[in-house]
Amino acid sequence: MKKLITTLLMLLAPLGVMASEGGLHLDHVDIDLKDQEALQRGAKYFVNYCLGCHSAQYMRYERVATDLGLTEKEVMDNLLFTGDKIGDKMTIAARPADQEGWFGTAPPDLSLVARNRKQGADWLYTYMRSFYQDPSRPMGVNNTVFKDVGMPHVMWELQGVQKAVFKTDVDAEGNKSEHFERFEPGIPGRLSPKEYDQVVHDLVTYLVYMAEPVKLERQSLGVKVIIFLLVFTVIAYLLKKEYWRDVH
Amino acid sequence: MSSLLNWIDERFPLTKVWKEHLAEYYAPKNFNFWYFFGSLALLVLVNQILTGIWLTMNYKPDADLAFSSVEYIMRDVNWGWLIRYMHSTGASAFFIVVYMHMFRGLIYGSHQKPRELIWIFGMLIYLALMAEAFMGYLLPWGQMSYWGAQVIISLFGAIPVVGDDLALWIRGDFVVSDATLNRFFAFHVIALPLVLVMLVFVHIVALHKVGSNNPDGVDIKKKKDANGIPLDGIPFHPYYTVKDIAGVGVFLILFSLVIFFLPEFGGWFLEPDNFSPADPLKTPPHIVPLWYFTPFYAILRAVPDKFLGVVFMFAAIAALFLLPWLDRSGVRSIRYKGPIFKIAVAIFVVSFVMLGYFGTQPPSPLYTIFARFFAALYFLFFLLMPWYSKMDKTKPVPERVTK
Repeated sequence: MKKLITTLLMLLAPLGVMASEGGLHLDHVDIDLKDQEALQRGAKYFVNYCLGCHSAQYMRYERVATDLGLTEKEVMDNLLFTGDKIGDKMTIAARPADQEGWFGTAPPDLSLVARNRKQGADWLYTYMRSFYQDPSRPMGVNNTVFKDVGMPHVMWELQGVQKAVFKTDVDAEGNKSEHFERFEPGIPGRLSPKEYDQVVHDLVTYLVYMAEPVKLERQSLGVKVIIFLLVFTVIAYLLKKEYWRDVH
Repeated sequence: MSSLLNWIDERFPLTKVWKEHLAEYYAPKNFNFWYFFGSLALLVLVNQILTGIWLTMNYKPDADLAFSSVEYIMRDVNWGWLIRYMHSTGASAFFIVVYMHMFRGLIYGSHQKPRELIWIFGMLIYLALMAEAFMGYLLPWGQMSYWGAQVIISLFGAIPVVGDDLALWIRGDFVVSDATLNRFFAFHVIALPLVLVMLVFVHIVALHKVGSNNPDGVDIKKKKDANGIPLDGIPFHPYYTVKDIAGVGVFLILFSLVIFFLPEFGGWFLEPDNFSPADPLKTPPHIVPLWYFTPFYAILRAVPDKFLGVVFMFAAIAALFLLPWLDRSGVRSIRYKGPIFKIAVAIFVVSFVMLGYFGTQPPSPLYTIFARFFAALYFLFFLLMPWYSKMDKTKPVPERVTK
C-alpha cells in the first residue's frame, strides 16, 4: 500500500511544474482587517472617491458602523451624504444606462470587487496605482493593469498623473510588441508616492472587508470550533479504544 | 419503557430493524481507513439536506434576485454565511468522500459477486450526485454558474437530429435564463434529493442483504460459530458506530478548517468568477466546471469531434457501471492480486487525476495531446480489464481475515 502511494505521488510530480503560470505582475499588499484605523480611512476614501459612480448595493451603512467601531452619528456625519438612512444599502442615484453613455460601460458594483478575481487585493492595489497619462483616451488616462479602462483617475489630485514608459520588443520574426517598463513622474499630486500608496492600501483594506464583512468573525469562531472538535475527537477515539478492547 | 417498546413492536418492527441493521449486523472486524467514507458520505448528505433547507428559506430562484439573495444570506441573515459555506464546502466534500469510497470498492473488489447491485446502486448515486451538483451550481447565478450551465447544456446540442431541440427543452429557453434557473431549482431542492435518498436506502438494503466486504476480500459468512455468528464479524453497533464517530471527528476538523479559514479553497470550491453576477452578454475568458467534473470535461475536450466527445464523456462514466463484469480476477482484494492489477490501478488513478487537472486548464495543443494520452489510458484500464485481470498472478486468499 505504501509503495502504491509513493508511486502515485511520484507520477503526480509534473503537476507542480505545470501549475506555475506567468501573467501580469501585481504588487503585493498586506491586508490587516484588524486595523480599524486603516478601515475607517479606507471607508472615507471609498465614500468620497468611489461611491459617486460605483454602488456597493449588498453593503449596509449600519454594518459598516458596527464592524468599523463607528457610532451611528459618526457614520451619518462623515459617510452618509445622500440622504440615505443608516439601515440602507450603499446604493447610488446614477442610472446604469446614463453611466453607459458617460463612460462607455456602467461602473460595476464594488461590494465583491476584492473577491471576484484571483489575488483580488493585489490586483486592486496595483490597479489604483497604475493610471498614466494617455491623451488618446476619453478621460485622458489609461491603465497598465486594465488596458483602455473607461474609468477616470479619480484620485489624480492625490497621486498626480504619472507617465508610463513602454519598451518596444522585436521578436525573431521582426514583429514589434510593446511592454510596460516603468512609471515616471508627470503632473505632481498633493501626496508623495509613499503617502499615496498608503491611501490605496487603506482603500483596498476597506474593499477586502466589504467583500466579506464576516471574515474576522468567521476566523475567530473557527478557532473555537476546531478546539472543540479536537477535544471531541480525542474523547471519541478513547471511547472507541475502550469498546474495541475485547475485539481480537 | 419495555411495555411501550412492545406496543410499538406489535405494530412496527422497530426492534427487528434495530437488530438486523445495527446491533446484530455483523461486519468484518478488519475494516481500515478506507471504510470511513461510507458513513462520512451519509453525514455529508445529511449536512447538504439540512443546510439546503435553511438556505432555501432565504434564497430566491429568480434571475433578477438570485445573486443578491445569496449575498443577503452571506451578510444579513443570522449565521447565513456559515450555512452557505457548509453547503458549498459540503458539495466538494461530498465528491471527495464519494471518490474515496468508490476507490475503496475498486481496490478491495467490493463490486465483485455477490455485490454487483450494491455497486450499480452506488454508481446511480454518483450519477444523481453529479446532476444534483451541476444544477445546484447554477443557483448562485454568478458568471461561472451561468456560463458553466450554458456550456454543459449546449453539449446536448451536439447529438445528431434531436440535439438542438433537446437542449432547448432542457433550458426552457434559447439561452440559460430565468426559466432554466427555476427548473434547476426544482430539481436541485426536491426531485434529485428524493432520488438520492431513495438510492442511498436501496444501496444500504442491498449491502445488508449480502454483508460487507473487507480489506482481505474474505467471505466472513463461511466461518461461523455455534450460534451462527461469523467468527470474524463484530456487531456494527456499538463497534463501528463508535469507530465511525471518531472518524467523523477527524473529518469535521478538516471540514471546519475549510469552512472557517479557506471557504473558497483557492478558487477550487468557490470560483472567483462566481462572485460576479451572471451577465448573458459577457463571456468569461476561461469557462471551467468545478473540479469534480473536470476529468470528464477533459475527455470531452480531448476528442476532436464535439458529438464523439460527448459520447466518450458519457462512456467514461458508463465504463464504471460495467466494472463488476469487466473484473474477471479470482480474488477480490488488491492484497492478493498480482502486479498487473496494482500497476493498472496506479495508471488509472494517475490518469483520472491528470485528466482532472487538464480539465481545469485553458486548452492548448500540448495539453490536448496529454489529455488524449491519459484519456486513452483511462479507457484501456476498463477495456483490457477482462484479460489482464484474468491472467494476473494472484496470491492465495487466507481462510480468515488478517489483522
